[in-house]
Amino acid sequence: MTDTLALAPSRRAAVNPGAGLWVSSLVVAGRMVRKFARTPQLIVFTTIQSALFLLMLRFAFGGAIGTGGSLSYVNFLVPGFITTTVLWAGMGAATGVAEDVEHGFVDRLRSLPIPRAAVLVGRSLADAALMVWALAVAAILGFAVGFRLTGSISGALAAFGLCLVFGFAFEWVFIVMGLVGGTAQAAQSMGLMITPLVFLSSAYVPVASMPGGIRQFGEIQPLTPMVNAVRGLATGPGGQALLEHSTGYYVGLSLIWAAAIFVVFGLLAVARFARR
Amino acid sequence: MTPILEARGLVKRFGKTQALAGMDLVVNPGRVVALLGPNGAGKTTFVRAVATLLRPDAGTLRVDGIDALRKPAKVRQVVGLAGQFAAVEEAMTGRENLEMVGRLFGLSRREAKAAAVRVLDQMQLTADADRLVRTYSGGMRRRIDLGISLTGTPRLLLLDEPTTGLDPGSRIQLWDAIRSLVVSGTDILLTTQYLDEADRLASDIVIDHGRVIAAGTPEELKTRAGDDMIEVHVRDAGHLRAVSGVLATIGHDPRVDVGARRAYVAADDGSRRLMDALRALDAEGITVEDVSLRRPTLDEVFLALTGKPAQTTGAPEQEAS
Repeated sequence: MTDTLALAPSRRAAVNPGAGLWVSSLVVAGRMVRKFARTPQLIVFTTIQSALFLLMLRFAFGGAIGTGGSLSYVNFLVPGFITTTVLWAGMGAATGVAEDVEHGFVDRLRSLPIPRAAVLVGRSLADAALMVWALAVAAILGFAVGFRLTGSISGALAAFGLCLVFGFAFEWVFIVMGLVGGTAQAAQSMGLMITPLVFLSSAYVPVASMPGGIRQFGEIQPLTPMVNAVRGLATGPGGQALLEHSTGYYVGLSLIWAAAIFVVFGLLAVARFARR
Repeated sequence: MTPILEARGLVKRFGKTQALAGMDLVVNPGRVVALLGPNGAGKTTFVRAVATLLRPDAGTLRVDGIDALRKPAKVRQVVGLAGQFAAVEEAMTGRENLEMVGRLFGLSRREAKAAAVRVLDQMQLTADADRLVRTYSGGMRRRIDLGISLTGTPRLLLLDEPTTGLDPGSRIQLWDAIRSLVVSGTDILLTTQYLDEADRLASDIVIDHGRVIAAGTPEELKTRAGDDMIEVHVRDAGHLRAVSGVLATIGHDPRVDVGARRAYVAADDGSRRLMDALRALDAEGITVEDVSLRRPTLDEVFLALTGKPAQTTGAPEQEAS
């Protein structure tokens, strides 16, 4: 053994210890934040898109949609619109992740001595920051088209927090789509598969107005309790009157959904990412 | 001495395509090894296996004595990878890219800054350090990509087709950068489709087609493949037979390409034999359109070493993931 050691070249490099989970997640998140900040078109166009969408629903379709109660359509719509913002904003994660796979950036990170989960955790942290921005913009737009808070301030803040939680859970769905899609285009098409989830929910129209099977789907899918919880918190008695159960029921149910989505898709993402 | 790389009977299949068909390769420290082969020969697959990005179906693989199949995380502490695509963040400056990966290698903030300064100097990018990478030229991107792996201290640096798609000037600059690493003592495994690249950079060349077809120093391989090619173009394809007869006296086993009206032969001392060939052709009264002396192409080396042309297998290299 001594001989072998003596023969080993003296210039031998030390091993690279690699960063821990926390530092590497933050470093990866830092990269994402810089990317967003220096590619403003990523944010500007999603914001414009979401504004146009809101205007269309509010003014073009709104007149024809009854809420089934005393709640005005704008007060019905805006909480739903804000909730679904996390999905539209999160879709960018699918294309972003796929681009990183396509251009070898993911390979580079996977070849480094860091915990593989860090790459995904860092990404989701940065996207959560982006989501706060998107939610704030959506809320401002909502007030601009005539939404008035009829619930309590604390309820509104809780609703905002809930949206963030939902956004963080759905983020992992989009990360999985990006990893599986492998190209930005494929990931974008996969991302659009959430469109039925959005429209067949209580976000823009009352589920009660939908025909048989679609209505059943609308009632059991996760987005409906999420929207109901946010609407109940933000609009107080007017919104609660439309709900079958109490707001607390929907808050609880939606949190269970969010946790389930996070666990299932988080595990899928990590498994897919670590696969080789 | 522990080999820096030791592969035994490595097999990897993608569906029906066998990218690695029992690859055996041992690399000792202090060497720069070029894996030379056509597209689809499994070069990228091999590099990805060494970088622990994919798991071989069979065989053993040790990097610096570490079992890459059982302890991939340990292997990642000793390898650096620069890929076929320049995997850099375009929305960050060159310096920020280097500092980011330095941090991921486990350096402190200050160490990462110092490493970035060192690498920028080494890659001659100091002047452009604070520009966004999206404004870089293709050659600069490759250099920053190469440099990123050097913010850590890899014992084995993997370069997958480092100069594919670069213009000649950028290629030479990148070659210089790679040579400077060799001087500083980094062990390198690089893949390339270009014979001249392998020739200029590597101390050992491995001809690869899913398994090792031939290996040796550039001199050894060229001696086996013929040093230079003498190529004769004629105006009248009818003369090719006579040209081939002349070339047979110059080198071994001349080849004729009737469609292109040319004949060529490998010769060991090309420039001197070229004169002999011209005299003999003149004596035969053959009208020659063009005569050239050139390096053998990868195809010709393959032909000489295997008796078969370098065929590309079905799957393009990039899809082998």
